[in-house]
Amino acid sequence: MKHRFKNFQNFWRDFSANKVAVVALFIFSLILFVAIFAPLVSPTDPYDLNTVSIMNSRLPPLSEDFGGNYFLLGTDGAGRDMVSAIFYGLRVSLGVGVLSGIFALIIGSFFGISAAFFRGKYETFIMRIVDIQLSFPSILVALIILAAFGKGVEKTIIALILVQWAYYARTARASALVEINKEYVDAARCLAFGNARIMFKHILPNCMAPLIVVGTLQTAHAISLEATLSFLGLGLPITEPSLGLLIGNGFEYMYSGDFWISIFPGVALLITVASINLVGDHLRDMFNPRLQ
Amino acid sequence: MTPYILRRLAQSALVLFIMSLLVFGGVNLVGDPVEMLINPEADQAEVERVMRDLGLDRPVTEQYWYFLVNAFKGDLGDSFIFGEPALKLILQRMPATLELACFSLFISLLVAIPLGIYAGYKPDSKVSKTIMAGSILGFSMPTFWVGIIFIMIFAVHLGWLPSTGRGEIGVFLGIHSSLFTLDGLSHVFLPALNLALFKMSSVIRLTRAGTREIILQDYITFARAKGLSEKRVVMVHVMKNILIPIVTVIGLEFGSLIAFSTVTETVFAWPGMGKLIIDSIYNLDRPVIVAYLMIIVTFFVFLNLAVDILYTFLDPRVRIKGTEQ
Repeated sequence: MKHRFKNFQNFWRDFSANKVAVVALFIFSLILFVAIFAPLVSPTDPYDLNTVSIMNSRLPPLSEDFGGNYFLLGTDGAGRDMVSAIFYGLRVSLGVGVLSGIFALIIGSFFGISAAFFRGKYETFIMRIVDIQLSFPSILVALIILAAFGKGVEKTIIALILVQWAYYARTARASALVEINKEYVDAARCLAFGNARIMFKHILPNCMAPLIVVGTLQTAHAISLEATLSFLGLGLPITEPSLGLLIGNGFEYMYSGDFWISIFPGVALLITVASINLVGDHLRDMFNPRLQ
Repeated sequence: MTPYILRRLAQSALVLFIMSLLVFGGVNLVGDPVEMLINPEADQAEVERVMRDLGLDRPVTEQYWYFLVNAFKGDLGDSFIFGEPALKLILQRMPATLELACFSLFISLLVAIPLGIYAGYKPDSKVSKTIMAGSILGFSMPTFWVGIIFIMIFAVHLGWLPSTGRGEIGVFLGIHSSLFTLDGLSHVFLPALNLALFKMSSVIRLTRAGTREIILQDYITFARAKGLSEKRVVMVHVMKNILIPIVTVIGLEFGSLIAFSTVTETVFAWPGMGKLIIDSIYNLDRPVIVAYLMIIVTFFVFLNLAVDILYTFLDPRVRIKGTEQ
């Protein structure tokens, strides 16, 4: 346990060398907190029909209604408080992004590590699929899935998993190929451990560093992609109002000059994605042996 | 080289076949296009007549077989909505998309290559750090949101540039394009800039990484030892070598610009094929959805093949397995 703590101390010393990344991590933690506790920290429940009044529709930022409710970022077309809508939206966006990232990580590292472990035809087959898929831009892969099978929460998550898994598979295979030749794997083989045990209890933990780097950058990408798809009306249904849907909702009012309805959810999306990217970028530099 | 190309062609054919199964199967499982097409008060006989006309009363496998046979004859089916061949509809809108993608590729290279070379040449300067931070920001900004902001600032607030449509179309050397008229250019500028911003970040990063590697090479040291000016070293020696990775990436970047143009076209109401596919998805216009996806997948498969082959010609250090004598 003490050893673990020491590791963490070393990690934090390296990580905090970059002040921008520390600030980004702090901002992201704050966003994560808001997303998890959205019902507690939001001023109002934007989807409770008893508290939302159509009389308050499209109020500009910093305005107050007759009941004394204060709207820091204004209200949307249905009279919902934008601050609350953004908090709830972050919840959906982060939820979908992180969930798809975790599934993609599991599936991708399973195929990547097993490809490196078994080699031969199986490896060629898996990596050929990875290569073919990575030759298509992510938005096209998602578009194919959603255009063919229709929109919905599960379908969006499936599309995002399909978009991401190949990156994890490629990374996992590359680092597993290096690990497999190390002595501890030979030792585990000599102890006649099963293949699955060697792959996932011995090799996988040692491949985690690059996978985490890919994971942060991919999650940021997935959040951004989900917003794009939902904005286009192909991703999440209207019952799961993510940031992308909020921006799309504000798009209708833009020509009448009601900028806040789509600008502020976009700012929230930008801050979220940028803070994850900044952390991921710094992690990549830290784990990159060529730069050390 | 020939066995390699043949193997790749066979693989491409397999990818296209699997894609057609997936897309056709998927599209035919979703929604009821008849419901979208006819008057809700129509009786059962009317519904059956429409289904028969569209061939929807047949089993899906039979429909798929007809689709495949006709696809080989160059017929991808007729649009349910427009009643015209889907292929024709897509080809009609293709020039608008290509023109948007070309112009935004031009903008992004024009801006990103000099910035990338500078950031790689002086990696520790303040300006370079700003450029790199900017590229992360550019990477993180959702394309559609930036498009909305552009419209808000330049079209709604300042009123400088139009925000929808393609504008007047000019003819030059037999090519119809809005790049040839002033009105057309004013229409294409905002969407192209929007599409370019996203690409810029990745080209800046690529150019910077390339420059940092090249600057350490012996031939650069040699060029300096010869007493060449720094300007010449950068403009000729670095520039020439940076082009190898960039030229090969341009093909792929161009493809991804076309894929991403679905987003920009929707925001700016640009009458290209990206907007067509989004509209068709809303209207459950199955033949157009299938045709668009098949065309774009084919396009990508061959684009990748072309890029891989081109790469071996541009960079003699790369040799594909099985081609060595």
